[in-house]
Amino acid sequence: MSNNQQRVVITGMGVVAPNGHGLDSYEQALRNGVSGIQHHEHLAETNFACQVGGIPQGIDDIKEDYLSEESLLAMNEAMIFGAIAAIDCWRDAGLPEPGDKPDWDTGAIIGTGISGLDTIGKKLIPLVDKGRVKRLGSTMVEQVMASSSSANIGGLLGLGGQVTTNSSACTTGTEAVVEGFHKIQSGQTKRMLVGGTEGASKYSWAGFDAMRVLARGYNDKPTEASRPMSASAVGFVPGSGAGMLMLESLDSALARGADIYAEVIGVAVNCGGQRNGGSITFPNPTGVQRCIQSALNLAGINGSDVDLINGHLTATMADPYEIKNWQQALACEPQQMPKVNATKSLIGHALGAAGGLECVASVLQLSRGFVHGSLNCEDLHPDLEPYADRIVHTTEDSDARILAKASFGFGDVNACTLFKTFNP
Amino acid sequence: MSNDVFEQVKEIVSPYCKNKEALESATAETSFLEDLQINSARLVDIVIDFEDEFDIEVSDEEADKIRTMGDAVTVIKAKT
Repeated sequence: MSNNQQRVVITGMGVVAPNGHGLDSYEQALRNGVSGIQHHEHLAETNFACQVGGIPQGIDDIKEDYLSEESLLAMNEAMIFGAIAAIDCWRDAGLPEPGDKPDWDTGAIIGTGISGLDTIGKKLIPLVDKGRVKRLGSTMVEQVMASSSSANIGGLLGLGGQVTTNSSACTTGTEAVVEGFHKIQSGQTKRMLVGGTEGASKYSWAGFDAMRVLARGYNDKPTEASRPMSASAVGFVPGSGAGMLMLESLDSALARGADIYAEVIGVAVNCGGQRNGGSITFPNPTGVQRCIQSALNLAGINGSDVDLINGHLTATMADPYEIKNWQQALACEPQQMPKVNATKSLIGHALGAAGGLECVASVLQLSRGFVHGSLNCEDLHPDLEPYADRIVHTTEDSDARILAKASFGFGDVNACTLFKTFNP
Repeated sequence: MSNDVFEQVKEIVSPYCKNKEALESATAETSFLEDLQINSARLVDIVIDFEDEFDIEVSDEEADKIRTMGDAVTVIKAKT
């Protein structure tokens, strides 16, 4: 690295997850294998084959502690999840409460996959189709524009840097980390609030149900429904929530005496071009491997330096292919693979928020010395037998230094980040 | 009646007010934008709430003239 490139560290995090709100609650849920997957009656009423999902609980009870009555009038679920996680992240980073002047040194990249479909489904379409456009009021645009959450958070926190939204399907949250990294490493800004948020609208989930990619057959045993890496994986469980990280230049973090969770040492995004076996819904294995290797190259490390993998691992037929891609990208034998876990086994697949929620889980594991168990893969997929002892079933202490996190999304898009315990 | 309408208007605009103290001591002359610090974009939402609460219809021209608490009471009273 040349001298003018900044090191990038994580100085704050915030999380609104199906199995816990706040870092301590989330950590305990991860450690203790607490599933956030529940049966939801409204999915049953609308004839979903998959009637289970991960939805953060108790948010209505706390939202007014964070947000004014006036703000809440113009916020849908994705915006509320995102705002609470962003405010928590800001405070966790030890930054001053927002005042009258913008913070010119902080920007935000807040991703979302589908965003305000609850607003579109419940209000926009019914009213417009009845010819009652006037009844939409003033708050429609700000709730349905793609950048609804980043715009809202920019105002709540008084951000003065770039404030934008990225969207790359299920890669989104991790891609936001990658993009924020580049902004800071290149010296363009001191801080970037990055992550993803996603609401829990049935309108968002219905298309996946129709594709038959959601878990069926577990409606009466929701905590068993999300089964990454298992022989009985039958599809993913839809999830929702928000996960945010404050990326900061090491110089800025040290100058203000901020606590540092971990360093981001390598990142990459790419696309498999929907070639070589890749399609809109399935990754080109070469693309996945190149993405992981690009992150390793940027970090200047070898595959053998990676201690832990937090996989994308959704509980579809793609899981065994993903593990094989990791092994080939890291250039190791199955028995030498880093330990692997799947946070989705506990929270489901939060789509555009998945990368944010899982990067927070990844950094918590590194900084607090544990690796959480993956639920529901006691019956390991037969293709994963060579890796059996690398897959973590129950939470264990860990002295891992480098964790690799990847997310993959529709469009054959990939993102990979490498986190390292902070060492000045 | 007019007092009742005034109180109802106060209640309806309350969620939109950034200056709740000004609302507490509001008079007919209290302005929505300057005194109560309501975001100007939200005036259309307040008019929709008036329509729902009082079962009336307010035209765009009439809505444009509502700048104070008193203006709102006048428009509503003329229709109820």
